[in-house]
Amino acid sequence: MSMNITMKVNGKSVSAAVPVSTTLVEFIREHLRLTGTHVGCNTSQCGACTVHVNGRAVKSCNMLVAQAHGADVMTIEGLAAANGDMHPMQAAFKEHHGLQCGFCTPGMVMSACELKGKVMNPSDEEIRACLDGNICRCTGYQNIVTSVKAGLAAMS
Amino acid sequence: MKTDGIGARVTRKEDHRFLTGNGQYTDDIILPRQTYAAFVRSPHAHATINGIDSTAAAAMPGVVAIFTGKDIEESKIGGLPCGWGITSKDGTPAIEPPHPILCIGKARYVGDHVAVVIAETPEQAHAAADVMDVDYGILPAVVSTGTAAASKTAVHDQAPNNVCYTWGHGDEAGVKAAFEKAHHISTLELINQRLAPNAMEPRAANASYTKHDQSYTLYVANQNPHVERLLMCAFVLGLPESKVRVIAPDVGGGFGSKIFLYAEETALVWASKHVGRPIKWTADRSEAFLTDAHGRDHVTKVELAMDAKGMFLALRVKTIANMGAYLSTFASSVPTILYATLLAGQYKTPAVYAEVKAVFTNTAPVDAYRGAGRPEATYVVERIVEQAARDMKMDPAAIRRQNFITEFPYATPVGLTYDTGNYAAHLDKAMQMADVAGYPARKAASAAKGKKRGLGYSCYIEACGLAPSNIAGALGARAGLFEAGEVRVHPTGTVTVFTGSHSHGQGHETTFAQVVAAKLGIPVENVEIVHGDTGRVPFGMGTYGSRSLSVGGTAIVKAVDKIIAKGKKIAAHLLEAADTDIEFENGVFKVAGTDKSVPFGAVSLTAYVPHNYPLDKLEPGLNENAFYDPTNFTYPSGTYICEVEVDPETGKVAIEQFVAVDDFGNIVNPMIVEGQVQGGIAQGLGQAMMEGCSYDPQSGQLLTGSYMDYAMPRASDIPNIKISNVVTPCTHNPLGVKGCGEAGAIGSPPAYINALTDALGVKDVAMPATVERVWRAANNVV
Repeated sequence: MSMNITMKVNGKSVSAAVPVSTTLVEFIREHLRLTGTHVGCNTSQCGACTVHVNGRAVKSCNMLVAQAHGADVMTIEGLAAANGDMHPMQAAFKEHHGLQCGFCTPGMVMSACELKGKVMNPSDEEIRACLDGNICRCTGYQNIVTSVKAGLAAMS
Repeated sequence: MKTDGIGARVTRKEDHRFLTGNGQYTDDIILPRQTYAAFVRSPHAHATINGIDSTAAAAMPGVVAIFTGKDIEESKIGGLPCGWGITSKDGTPAIEPPHPILCIGKARYVGDHVAVVIAETPEQAHAAADVMDVDYGILPAVVSTGTAAASKTAVHDQAPNNVCYTWGHGDEAGVKAAFEKAHHISTLELINQRLAPNAMEPRAANASYTKHDQSYTLYVANQNPHVERLLMCAFVLGLPESKVRVIAPDVGGGFGSKIFLYAEETALVWASKHVGRPIKWTADRSEAFLTDAHGRDHVTKVELAMDAKGMFLALRVKTIANMGAYLSTFASSVPTILYATLLAGQYKTPAVYAEVKAVFTNTAPVDAYRGAGRPEATYVVERIVEQAARDMKMDPAAIRRQNFITEFPYATPVGLTYDTGNYAAHLDKAMQMADVAGYPARKAASAAKGKKRGLGYSCYIEACGLAPSNIAGALGARAGLFEAGEVRVHPTGTVTVFTGSHSHGQGHETTFAQVVAAKLGIPVENVEIVHGDTGRVPFGMGTYGSRSLSVGGTAIVKAVDKIIAKGKKIAAHLLEAADTDIEFENGVFKVAGTDKSVPFGAVSLTAYVPHNYPLDKLEPGLNENAFYDPTNFTYPSGTYICEVEVDPETGKVAIEQFVAVDDFGNIVNPMIVEGQVQGGIAQGLGQAMMEGCSYDPQSGQLLTGSYMDYAMPRASDIPNIKISNVVTPCTHNPLGVKGCGEAGAIGSPPAYINALTDALGVKDVAMPATVERVWRAANNVV
């Protein structure tokens, strides 16, 4: 059984007929071919698939696309400026070596961006607590925390 | 210093694509007429396969093909090979049972590959795999490392007592004699638990066959595509390498687990010709836990003999190493060549003997995981040395210091020759950074509030860049251990470097570019690094064992040297001078002692537009290859100090500080090196504190098959690490580099456990030292 889905992704309206069982991440990766959003576990544990749905960071493997019908979705591909300039959070991750293999990175960056406005001037401990839903195997998190702190400062 | 030269913190060239969602990992690739595979996996740890009925599955929507072990058997496909032959003490070769890519007759661990179903969509493939009717005859399972050899059940008929080999290394008689005259013998029984590597990108493969030239292309998440191709073609499928292209595009972490040739990608390549369409498979996380080669899994007894002053006389180690159900690609070498050879540590212990019994069990294969044998060796050495200090009532730093090797080169009693190092220098620096002098006051302050504080050292050494090939061959290696590089200078002076190393997080595209840019005097932006494609890179042995810069980087340097040598000849012609008079510096060729010069770009253009060119003596073009086979390992070393505070009421442990002082030789990009150390320590602390694969001891079911059950370190679990370096350059490669990828994972577990046991005043807390285990140890509750 399929259903018609319409939503805004990275500022553009998209619509498609997809099986009702389709998850949001499947829709993003397989139907829209936006492959920057990754699947690390498909059980909402690792956070690699994090995108923004109506401004909230959401693990897109754990949401049916039907639940995002009519929503405003932003993926990692929508974060940089149209001219290719990176978002301040992306730039901070580069500057502070907040990534290695890059697989968890899109989810990590999307989670980090959501902290803006949620926590004022967060401490390292608060940042670490806020990133609890995102697993990174490469970095040991130290440079991610530094990046997020710098990125949040640059966003204000 | 130049802002992008050797030693500069250059931000990474690869980051833009990763940060903007433009990385290309294997699962991101969809080929025309793509099909998808799902594997039917054994739900039993040990079972006969009495029959497989595919009728219902074949009738499911979208199913394209189904293959079982019978098809593999009829096609006479070989088994997955083991790349290292080990000879037992008694002179007999290790038992290497067949390792078919789909089970033939028996399944030997939960997750073993029983059949593959190929369909139009992944959902259809999985749905059909679910209705495959397999008639299993459940057998008793061999699970425990320590008791496998005593089991009445055999995992393989070829190994009736489940022993793969019993290997000895070192001077057994000399050690025995030293123990007989020892003043004191310290002993420990240690378990180095099984770990799941958990690269965040699950393994994936996409194989296709092209009729027009009868060739195969395999995209695969892999650390060494040329080795993958060689093993697959030569040992399993019998295909000419010239007809197989293996591409490892962006790879989301490896940590060893993507070195190996696995059944899945091999089955896909084989099946792609039968199906006539590309076949893709991407592991889900459950499959990763079940079938990625695990790491560690040693049970060890260690004894250290000392004289009355705490000088080490001899070390004796007896280890049982779990191989799992089959020998994975390099499994046999990990608890032997990569383990026992490191048991001298940083110490001049005159006699060392190790005996390693490798056993088969009905569990996932075990192979190299970040550090591979060296974390296990370091854990043994640094735990027993700390225990020795306690037994002898000596300061743990002092007992280490008085036993340090201080003169180089130093031939250890276990077969290695350390070329250089300065162990006291990193111990001193680490003690200063950790303010060890102020520790007693901090311990008293903790005690005053009912907490227990502990300090633990780990003075690790490791061996990187396994080499040279002929020695490795004599020790049983069935592959070469060199590296290849090609440097292609384009007419306008930009450069493409093709390296056999592979980057899956290490930042080679930046580090290697820094090296080449510095040598050629051109901007880093003008250097492009290509890796991970047998169709573009001449050859390669890949990335593992912290070898990329010391071996792969040296191959590139050698090729660059050839470029410069040829460039000098071209410049000599242009400048009308003898080529012996040409100097090359900062991107300019000049005649020594004159102001006559020509820039690199002009020389490269001349090489490709050879109008004014010595065509009678010199070929056009500026493109050079080099292979480099090192003369020795490199020996990074360091001191890690961990300080913990334990709340005995809850078992909660706070890492108050973690100091890491490493000697990696010269450092090209300190930012990347620090990242490697931080990440490595996080993995080591993960092992020490929380991670561990657990199998049900009776059924052999994996109990830690998801992130709900296997505790991965998260951001709040890992402290900031205080990092510094000392530098003794490697003496036998031109960059003077040693390797930094694994040190953190090697050095950190004993530092943490030494700190924890110091705090609690106990001999051991088994890893992972979970809150429960710590609470039990703190409160003497068994």
